Amino acid sequence: MTATVTTPATRRGRGPTRKSVVPWLFLAPGLLLALVFKFWPMAKGVWLSFFDVRPFLGDKWTGLDNYTRVLTDHRFQDAIGHTLILGIGQSLGAILLGFALALLLEGQTRSLKILRTAVFLPAVTATAVVGELWRLMYYPTSDGLLNSGLHLLGLGPVQFLDNPDIALYSTMAMGIWIWAPYNMVILLAGLAGVDRSLYEAAAMDGVSLWQRLRHVTLPAIRPALMIVLTLATIRGLRVFTEVYVLTGGGPAGSTEVWMTRAYTLGFTRNDIGGASAASVVLLCVTLLLTVTVNHFRKRGDAR
Amino acid sequence: MSAPVIDPVRTTVPRPAPKRSGKGQRTTPARFDTALGWNDKPGAAWALRILLCATALGIFAVPFLAILSGAFTKNASGSSLSFLPHDSTLLNFTVAGERGIWDYFSNSLVIAGGGLLLQLVVCTLAAYALARHRFRGQALVLTLFMLTMMLPEEVIAIPLSLVLGDVPVVHLDLKGTVWGVILPLGAWGFSVMMLTEFMKDIPDEIEEAARLDGVGELRMLWQIVLPLCKPALGVAGVLGFIMIWDQYLLPLIAAKDPTDYTVTVALSVLRTDPEVGSGVVLAGAVIALVPSLIVYLLLQRSLVSGIAAGATKG
Repeated sequence: MTATVTTPATRRGRGPTRKSVVPWLFLAPGLLLALVFKFWPMAKGVWLSFFDVRPFLGDKWTGLDNYTRVLTDHRFQDAIGHTLILGIGQSLGAILLGFALALLLEGQTRSLKILRTAVFLPAVTATAVVGELWRLMYYPTSDGLLNSGLHLLGLGPVQFLDNPDIALYSTMAMGIWIWAPYNMVILLAGLAGVDRSLYEAAAMDGVSLWQRLRHVTLPAIRPALMIVLTLATIRGLRVFTEVYVLTGGGPAGSTEVWMTRAYTLGFTRNDIGGASAASVVLLCVTLLLTVTVNHFRKRGDAR
Repeated sequence: MSAPVIDPVRTTVPRPAPKRSGKGQRTTPARFDTALGWNDKPGAAWALRILLCATALGIFAVPFLAILSGAFTKNASGSSLSFLPHDSTLLNFTVAGERGIWDYFSNSLVIAGGGLLLQLVVCTLAAYALARHRFRGQALVLTLFMLTMMLPEEVIAIPLSLVLGDVPVVHLDLKGTVWGVILPLGAWGFSVMMLTEFMKDIPDEIEEAARLDGVGELRMLWQIVLPLCKPALGVAGVLGFIMIWDQYLLPLIAAKDPTDYTVTVALSVLRTDPEVGSGVVLAGAVIALVPSLIVYLLLQRSLVSGIAAGATKG
């Protein structure tokens, strides 16, 4: 980032005392809000995860009990599997579909711009609204929206949300639908940055379209792809709203993910300690993943 | 640490559009304009592209028509739905109104308006300090704001709900008030980062000239820096709105009883109400959809450039 360089020499003429206080006055509201509503809850969550939290009776220190209880609970273990399947499947699907959309809708004509505006709609719609929309599409009888289409193909009505074997993949499809257009926008920005003369040079060398895509386009948009991948992975692990509004974790716990499980534990079963421990585990994994991806990206970016 | 935020200034500058209108003016053939070498002359590839575009439109945009048509259809249910309304009626909206949808909607508007205002003020102030001042601990503050982006509501939801019930030091109960949703949204790392990057690009000469004229810090921000930041403020505003409107877990845990819900959370109340049908739920969904749709269509350019610069949705 070239813009980050500010020469100290140009910043002079302010008294030392004023100079040191002024920035903190401007930062105060933001730091205060972040402290009270982000960092304090985080610290409190870590703290509570070591306690058996009992309202009115006082909290009792239990060490790592909450952690062992959560990590050995088979419903949490199932949730890990679901979270991974959902997170990875959704991320990969949304990246592939987003890339396909970007390739399809790249261009400067007016009609393409209108198309992109329309295709991007799922990404700006509130997740709760998207949930209602897909609930409608997945309506289980043969005259539901998707099922009537399948009916035309001679396929029987599919219980998209009521069949435990299918519900997780139905949720995944909705996730892909939400995030593919979003990825498309990031990848389009990447495609716009590809040097056009490279395409001409490739044409002169008689390179096929596939080879051009593979050896010219893909390397050029690698940074954009990495951003998309990072965001998607981190998002995938903490998926909550999509599942909560579409299936609520059901049927028979088949779509229960880590965060919906923690939510149920904390708010319906009032096990604050256990829910905190589950959140801390997720937080650690998220941070670890972020740091790792950033590390590799930095190494990859070093030119 | 180079976070997902990449320089918004550079990415928002549109690439000069290749000339397409004038006859014979084009310097490079169209097949070099896109990665797949799409041609705008009618042919097999052209027909394939139109077919694929229609499919994309059918998958990503047409389903919204189903919500609309269901909301305006009498006795709508999950079956018997189509993409065009039959038996058009406003009855669903009337029933949704009786179930308090407009109260939820006004909750949402107050939270979105207040939250966005607070967020823009807080983030602008912080960005101004980070971009136009040098002070000890600057890197630490920058890291802290970056960390807020990695602490999504989901992960801190349980302790946050306790904090909202009893704010440390002042011992206020914010649950059941709009402040319980507005205040946690105030410090948004993404806006701080983006505005900081943008403000850094303002030439020092402008600031120095103003200082010579005796302009103080607040006037400097309000009269010199902010007018130059309008594009970045637009991006922060539209992304902030979409992000706040999309909030689900936060209004859920900040509520004391269901009347405190926002319109998006209230959809589940309508859905579980045995006395109302799908049509009413869809009417609610349309009401929840319209504001974000208006904001998106009006400020699309800012939104798209902001996301291209590496924004996160939540």
